[in-house]
Amino acid sequence: MQHIRAHVLVCGGTGCMSAGSGKVIENFKTEIEKKGLSDEVMVVETGCHGFCEHGPLVIVYPEGTFYCRVTPEDVKDIVETHLYKGRIVERLLYHEPLSLEAVPSYKDIGFYKKQERRVLANCGRINPEAIEEYIALGGYEGLAKALTTMTTDEVVEEVKKSGLRGRGGAGFPTGLKWSFAKAAVNEKKYLICNADEGDPGAFMDRSVLEGDPHKVLEGMAIAAYAIGSDEGYIYVRAEYPLAIKRLRVAIAQAEKLGFLGENIFGTGFNFNLHIKEGAGAFVCGEETALMASIEGRRGMPRPRPPFPAVAGLWGKPTNINNVETFANVPLILQKGADWYCTCGTEKSRGTKVFALTGKINNTGLAEVPMGITMREIIYDIGGGVINGKKFKAVQIGGPSGGCLPESMLDLPVDYDSLISAGAMMGSGGLVVMDEDTCMVDVAKFFLNFTQSESCGKCTPCREGTKRMLEILTRITEGNGHDGDIELLEDMAVNIKDSALCGLGQTAPNPVLSTLKHFRHEYEAHIYEKRCPAHACEKLASYTITDACKGCGICAKVCPVKAIAGDPKRKHVIDPIVCIKCGACMAACPFKAIVKG
Amino acid sequence: MDKVTLTINGISVTTNKNSSVLTAAREAGIYIPTLCYHPDLQAEGACRLCLVEASGARTLVASCVYPVSEGLVVQTNTPRVRAARKLVVELLLANHPKDCLSCQKSMDCELQKIAADLGVRKIRFTGGEMKAHTIDDTNPALVRDQEKCILCGRCIRVCSDVQGMDVYSFAGRGFHTMVSTAFEEGLEKISCSYCGQCANVCPTGAIVEKDDTAKVWEAISDTTKHVVVQTAPSVRVALGEELGMPAGSVVTGKMVAALRQLGFAKVFDTDFSADLTIMEEGHEFIKRLTTNGVLPMITSCSPGWVNMIEQRYPDLLPHLSTAKSPQAMFGAVVKTYYAQKAGVDPKNIVSVSVMPCTAKKAEAVRPELCDSGFRDVDIVITTRELGRMIREAGIDFDALPVEQYDSPLGESTGAAVIFGTTGGVMEAALRTVVEVITKKQLPKIEFTEVRGLDSVREAVIPVGDLNVKIAVVHTLKAARAMMDRVRAGTADYHFIEVMACPGGCIGGGGQPVPVNWDIRKQRREALLECDEASILRKSHENPEIIAIYKDFLGQPLGEKAHSLLHTHYTPQNRK
Repeated sequence: MQHIRAHVLVCGGTGCMSAGSGKVIENFKTEIEKKGLSDEVMVVETGCHGFCEHGPLVIVYPEGTFYCRVTPEDVKDIVETHLYKGRIVERLLYHEPLSLEAVPSYKDIGFYKKQERRVLANCGRINPEAIEEYIALGGYEGLAKALTTMTTDEVVEEVKKSGLRGRGGAGFPTGLKWSFAKAAVNEKKYLICNADEGDPGAFMDRSVLEGDPHKVLEGMAIAAYAIGSDEGYIYVRAEYPLAIKRLRVAIAQAEKLGFLGENIFGTGFNFNLHIKEGAGAFVCGEETALMASIEGRRGMPRPRPPFPAVAGLWGKPTNINNVETFANVPLILQKGADWYCTCGTEKSRGTKVFALTGKINNTGLAEVPMGITMREIIYDIGGGVINGKKFKAVQIGGPSGGCLPESMLDLPVDYDSLISAGAMMGSGGLVVMDEDTCMVDVAKFFLNFTQSESCGKCTPCREGTKRMLEILTRITEGNGHDGDIELLEDMAVNIKDSALCGLGQTAPNPVLSTLKHFRHEYEAHIYEKRCPAHACEKLASYTITDACKGCGICAKVCPVKAIAGDPKRKHVIDPIVCIKCGACMAACPFKAIVKG
Repeated sequence: MDKVTLTINGISVTTNKNSSVLTAAREAGIYIPTLCYHPDLQAEGACRLCLVEASGARTLVASCVYPVSEGLVVQTNTPRVRAARKLVVELLLANHPKDCLSCQKSMDCELQKIAADLGVRKIRFTGGEMKAHTIDDTNPALVRDQEKCILCGRCIRVCSDVQGMDVYSFAGRGFHTMVSTAFEEGLEKISCSYCGQCANVCPTGAIVEKDDTAKVWEAISDTTKHVVVQTAPSVRVALGEELGMPAGSVVTGKMVAALRQLGFAKVFDTDFSADLTIMEEGHEFIKRLTTNGVLPMITSCSPGWVNMIEQRYPDLLPHLSTAKSPQAMFGAVVKTYYAQKAGVDPKNIVSVSVMPCTAKKAEAVRPELCDSGFRDVDIVITTRELGRMIREAGIDFDALPVEQYDSPLGESTGAAVIFGTTGGVMEAALRTVVEVITKKQLPKIEFTEVRGLDSVREAVIPVGDLNVKIAVVHTLKAARAMMDRVRAGTADYHFIEVMACPGGCIGGGGQPVPVNWDIRKQRREALLECDEASILRKSHENPEIIAIYKDFLGQPLGEKAHSLLHTHYTPQNRK
């Protein structure tokens, strides 16, 4: 038998791929060949490790040496030094952002230390296109156990007992949802996986689909068995071509081995899966709009009741969960609800995957136990705020969520704490903002997103968010007036109460939460015509300090000739003429121009 | 049917368990404002005007789609509800042109009424972006001004769910959502029948009939012109609604008087030419039946239906009766037979028709309809437009005397008047066809088997030793299903009547608004009463019809009749 002494795992997730990991893999293969190591070293393309900021990532086992930002040119060095001579390539190791220490081993990196990787356990560890690797790590055991040893009632009970709640946004108890669809009497029922991930900055579902697609398929098959469905759809955005490709490969493999399709495990249970590629409308993540889209209609939500469990896809009882929810299910069945409950809080069991983005050192995906504090996520895992800037807020829950200030950093992260703090779990997007971020501008950004993604069906969402956006815009441009804050509040409360679907009902949240915690920033814009974060261009003013040497470069680059001054004397900006483009500040060699 | 009891504003209401909260409230006499809701259409819950508080619901709920349940407690008039509704109206008005006073829909506009009802006095969002579209008015029948559109989606639903034409759809997102046609083309470029049902259900002035009243005023005031008018059967039972009367009022005589006051030289009746249509179409049917002609023969009076078959089933055109519609026959004889008889130069005749129908405007400009040597019908106005002209002229409609139509194109039968309702053309044709074939008086002239309002009705009528299998269809959706069967060869009928609009012409796209099935039924009952009250009830017994054949046309299907009263159809290639 061939003896493989080392495995080189190269991340093949979308992030690393776009950073060049395809070429890295290619180079590894040629360099290993050249060195004559092909029989003893194996190169594996894996799914995402989550540490996308530092990609392309390469991990060399058995040591578990973690190399980051590996370029195709670096490969030769790794092969020569590490694989051939057995010495670590120091310069490619990860360095902790605060201590600047090099960390050779994967498991010792701060980003991973506080994580509890359950859903993401296989991501980055296995070849997602090889079902055998999934099976080797316990894959399809949960399905086998459910089908061969449990009744459908027992499966639903086990999921109820696990306390699993929907990972897509609202956190509805999954077992309870299944019991509704199970109770519906109909010879045809559908099961849908919502993979229409669309929150700005969120990519945890894509990562799971790319890195461990079988986990989702297994979760779906278990759910289908539990509710009595024989047909399912995975609704995945067409912008996720790699995820779609891997899903297709995985479905074909699972069908071949009898884990999907007809007569699964010889039990007579059938479950056939289809992939429906979505065209990228954010609102299609709303379950009724998603089903309309599968049916070939325009993706627009419809009022509930009737709920999908009663009348869903093609009018049949339908159960719909998101990717991460399904990915939790095999573990619950395989290891039991009691094991599942060892992690998390009483009302929010298990883990949650967060996408860390914004002004944070370690952007990427992190899976953490529910109940961890926001501070731990941002500082221990995320490595703190970039460039040593001061933390201002963290936006959680995507366009439906809210912004939490520094005073709430010790809030435990679970469904109910977040709601009571005016935010929500959402799909797990976490955007960190520093002192340079204007909170009115943040609210405007998210409202602009929901407004342009509104389906246009109901008046409050279509027209209301537009008017709120206009008010926010005028505030950031220095044209806000007395009464604007109250008008925003009045509209926000009414729109939440009157919009048709979740998108409209939560669209005002970013405004409400920033008003709650950062009202003084709104007031500064409106009454003092200034942006405390100096972020709103229209409110910025540029002045030349005494550091000016009179070189005249600023006057030369100014497109509107707003700067005058004699050579070698301090120059002056005419604020009336200045269009606040910032060109002078960027050009000044003496840092003599300040924005205020 | 199972009942449930709920409480609305403290009042206990017992209703059908499948009702919506809105229906239950209306049954209890509690008014809840609505915009996207229309009783003929599937409720959507989109406009959010009908919001109410319901026990157990986290947010306000749209009562038009919220199901009743035992013990449900509903509040329709709380500060929370009022604030939300007012905001909805305020938001709609902020994105709506402020030209209500000069809008064609003024006083018939549901948005205007609701804004007044809810006491919206201030719009807090002035100076914001407003939608900008060009007006689509290049077709003869309908005008679409999307700046007035509030995106209630009623036009989309009526066009798809009732008419099966799918002309409209939502397009775009967010603030730029719009009701679009295919490729955003004008209606004349796409497969639209001009039936005007969209205009009937549009709550604002976003879709209206093309207003041709100015052309009529101009003709009337031109002293060199001899302006004659014909009025379609269903106008007499609907015009009253435009003038403040209850649905189902029969206003034939007052309408004639009003038209004279407006200045028409002669007031004639399309019912006359409906009788003429029966003579030609009836004989055509007998000919097809006895000479192995193309069967089933299908009626061709409804121009929306003719447009639809030309656009979507051009291969089935040989099934259409070649007999012109009553409007078109009237146009052909008024500038020939009447001109001759009255000694008027036909080039000075302006032939106006008052129709329940927007598609009739398009029919009148069909290039082939000029067999008189002139444009057979010059101007078509709808019932709504006639109502506006009567108001504009300051005529006190209530106080008008009852007057009679002019001769010779004013005499008609009960068979003609029921042309205005689904099944009427078939029944009128049968009254003549059976007597012509059997040469015996019918013992009972009502063919109740073809009456009713089901979208498809069929019957077998014994005619001598022949069993004639007939079908009656209304709404274009039902017509499409029927044409699919004809195309597939599974429709073994001899004769099919098709009317494009729900209920037939009484539900036409040019009839007064609002309209719903209660109103249509009342108009229909009124038409049937007109038939019953008629002394003559069979087309072939109309003395003016007998006279026109004797003096002018010769025989039905004869050479002259053929050149003036029959037409041909052309496939329309639309997107």
